[in-house]
Amino acid sequence: MDILVLTRRALVAGAFVAALPLATAFAFEPGNTECIAPANPGGGWDFTCRQVGKTLQDLKIIPGTMQVTNLAGGGGGVAFAEVVNKRNAENNLIVAASSATSTRLAQGAYPGNDMSQVRWLASVGADYGVIAVAKDSPINTLPELMEMIRKDPASVAIAGGSAVGGWDHLKVLIAAKAAGVEDVRTVKYVAFDGGGEAVTQLLAGSVQAFTGDASEAKGFVDSGDIKVIAVLAPERLAGDFAAFPTAREQGLDVIGANWRGFYVPGGMSDEAYDFWVKAIGTVYDSAEWKSIMAANGIAPLDLRGDDFQAFVKQSVDEIQALSKEIGLIK
Amino acid sequence: METLAALGDGFWIALTIQNLGLALTGCFLGTIIGALPGLGPSNGVAILIPLAFSLGLPATPALILLTSVYYGAMYGGRISSILLNIPGDEPALMTTLDGYPMARRGQAGEALAISGLASFVGAFFATWGLVFLAPQLVKLALLFGPAEYFALFTLAFATLGGLTSRNQAKSAFAAALGLGIAMIGVDGQTGVPRFTFGEVHFYDGIDFLVAIVGLFAISEVFLFLEHRGEGDKGGDGSKVKLGRIVPPLAMIRQTTGSMTRGTLIGFVAGVLPGAGASLGSFVAYSMEKRIADRKGTFGTGDPRGVAAPEAGNNAAAGGALVPMLALGVPGSGTTAVLLAMLLALNITPGPLLFQQNPDVVWGLIAALFIGNLMLLAMNLPLVGLFVRVLQIPPRFLMPAVAMISFVGIYGISGSTFDLKVMIAFGVMGWVLRKLDVPLVPVILGVLLGDQMEKNLRRAMTISDGDIWALFASPLSITLWSLAIIGFVLPPLVGRYFRPKIADTAKAEGADPD
Repeated sequence: MDILVLTRRALVAGAFVAALPLATAFAFEPGNTECIAPANPGGGWDFTCRQVGKTLQDLKIIPGTMQVTNLAGGGGGVAFAEVVNKRNAENNLIVAASSATSTRLAQGAYPGNDMSQVRWLASVGADYGVIAVAKDSPINTLPELMEMIRKDPASVAIAGGSAVGGWDHLKVLIAAKAAGVEDVRTVKYVAFDGGGEAVTQLLAGSVQAFTGDASEAKGFVDSGDIKVIAVLAPERLAGDFAAFPTAREQGLDVIGANWRGFYVPGGMSDEAYDFWVKAIGTVYDSAEWKSIMAANGIAPLDLRGDDFQAFVKQSVDEIQALSKEIGLIK
Repeated sequence: METLAALGDGFWIALTIQNLGLALTGCFLGTIIGALPGLGPSNGVAILIPLAFSLGLPATPALILLTSVYYGAMYGGRISSILLNIPGDEPALMTTLDGYPMARRGQAGEALAISGLASFVGAFFATWGLVFLAPQLVKLALLFGPAEYFALFTLAFATLGGLTSRNQAKSAFAAALGLGIAMIGVDGQTGVPRFTFGEVHFYDGIDFLVAIVGLFAISEVFLFLEHRGEGDKGGDGSKVKLGRIVPPLAMIRQTTGSMTRGTLIGFVAGVLPGAGASLGSFVAYSMEKRIADRKGTFGTGDPRGVAAPEAGNNAAAGGALVPMLALGVPGSGTTAVLLAMLLALNITPGPLLFQQNPDVVWGLIAALFIGNLMLLAMNLPLVGLFVRVLQIPPRFLMPAVAMISFVGIYGISGSTFDLKVMIAFGVMGWVLRKLDVPLVPVILGVLLGDQMEKNLRRAMTISDGDIWALFASPLSITLWSLAIIGFVLPPLVGRYFRPKIADTAKAEGADPD
């Protein structure tokens, strides 16, 4: 296809969308919408902004394109502070968030900020945690792995993509606690820059186990290079992961969901907030989003408005309690 | 043969008018993005992702556009390194060492042409490496655990001595300063913030682009402000010698070995996730200096000192695509962005990509060959245009440099805090230049120190603090041996060359300070 034709088509489509009088029933009319991804391009938050922004545009819920701003720094803290301090009353702004956001809020890693300063909008799915070992490992089940840790914590090094105290680390600690490991601080966790590097080190034999999200492990599960010994979901996942047992099936009641979703400025008007809750809900219900979720190994997690607010509150409280217990925070 | 047939199919996919147009656009934009200080390949690719989306491009054309930008930026980074002594992006850092002195000697044209050629050689052979060796190279990446990475970074630092300054102590001081700066931020192994003073902006550490632009570009502006009015430097702009646009055959012959070695080293560094193009060009330069610098001409405008790192960093760009495509693990910041783009297009890179999406992989590889040829064809004739930058009087050039720096840095993070950090680095760069402390080791410390520390800490966590784990594998022992040789040999051998080096030092009118 000729590039000129493509460009023209894009322009025509753009003009068409822009000219559409938004016949939505909401009192709030979206203008120049913006999504802040609180990290550099390439990460999960960036992905959330771009994919949801694209779907919002494709479904013609917003006029034109959604601008994605990468506001990196402080593990999301820079963006959080910016929204709270400078953009508190904006109605056209949504910000990508995930379990990493609530983990850091719970641990006080955003100095001077807490979760009540913004409004929590909705989730668009969850990436459930997995614990995996190399394909030729003698370990086959999660209880076996935990038994090894209980006997000799030094014998098992577990690699993950988040820093110590981050979500990948906490998931293992929750599992270890459920398995009766008395001092979870002895569990050996090695932090890498992202799940990909951590899996590679599992293949290289530097570590004995991997903790991460299902989506991070997907490519290696398909190729048979790693063996998933537990999925930290309430029930078995759909698709490729259906073959792997949950931790619950193995007698360890552990759920580790890395949710993806959005928050909005605390001073956003109720009309705008309602608009965005419905908009993200429409995206979630759409066939486009279902196929994006399937392709990226994202599992369903549908929480909107007040439900989502309560969910984030609960997970912040849980993480706070756990972090205190293991001495990460005082 | 199967591979060649697949590559043939790839060319069939890549050789459409639309794809060629996208490659040409990408190469051109990439060259400019690379040349602008503050805008590197990763920002360039990130900036163009929305364009790819809004054009509604399918996976292969989108990838062709973005990888052309990537390769283009790797070419472009050298331009400002050579002409202005300001690295256009971090892998072009080493090119300043000999490129700028060449330009000062009136050989800007030759420096640009030979580095363009070296870029082509590096990228060309790296792409062949990608075609034939990707599956085998993945196994190489798997040999590197944290202990081996630590040994590799130690090797890089061990060969640093005497590389960038006549005064070893100042070099060491500069590297230590860089290492110190690298410590800022949340420590991943304990989750504790270090040297952040409760300032959330410091939690992710210092972005090295901010450090580079501050140290090189902003300090250059300060120097200009300091000396303005003195000796009217702007007046002789028309008399600046630009050099030949086509490098003499003798120079090409002289640099052939450098390009070959640079390509090899760069490619291997690119394949290793976490090492990347900066380490590739750095090791390529320091090795070349060890091997070829018999007369102590490196650092004073030796064409081989331009060819080796440029071949190295372009080869690393090709190498970095190996782990990205075959493992789904980005080997550099730019491939991380490309990876995200692939995921957004519902393609999962990983061990099965070559089987599941052969059209994407081979179309992309064919596009790399085409893009690389385009870049060579585009860059050589443009040398004549680029060198005219030198004729711009500093009173016009310097404000433009300042403006581009501010816009570029603000564009990365959208935060004014980074601008303040950049100015602070500018002041630091100015002071360091006054003290005749080289700036390159500072950046190397920032760039490599962070990874070096992380890998040491990982290795120690895994071995429960047993230091011998660092020397446990044949690979790490080899790397340590090389590091020790690289550290000990030069002072011993250097004794014979010292008088000569002292001579060239005095004759070094090309000293950038």
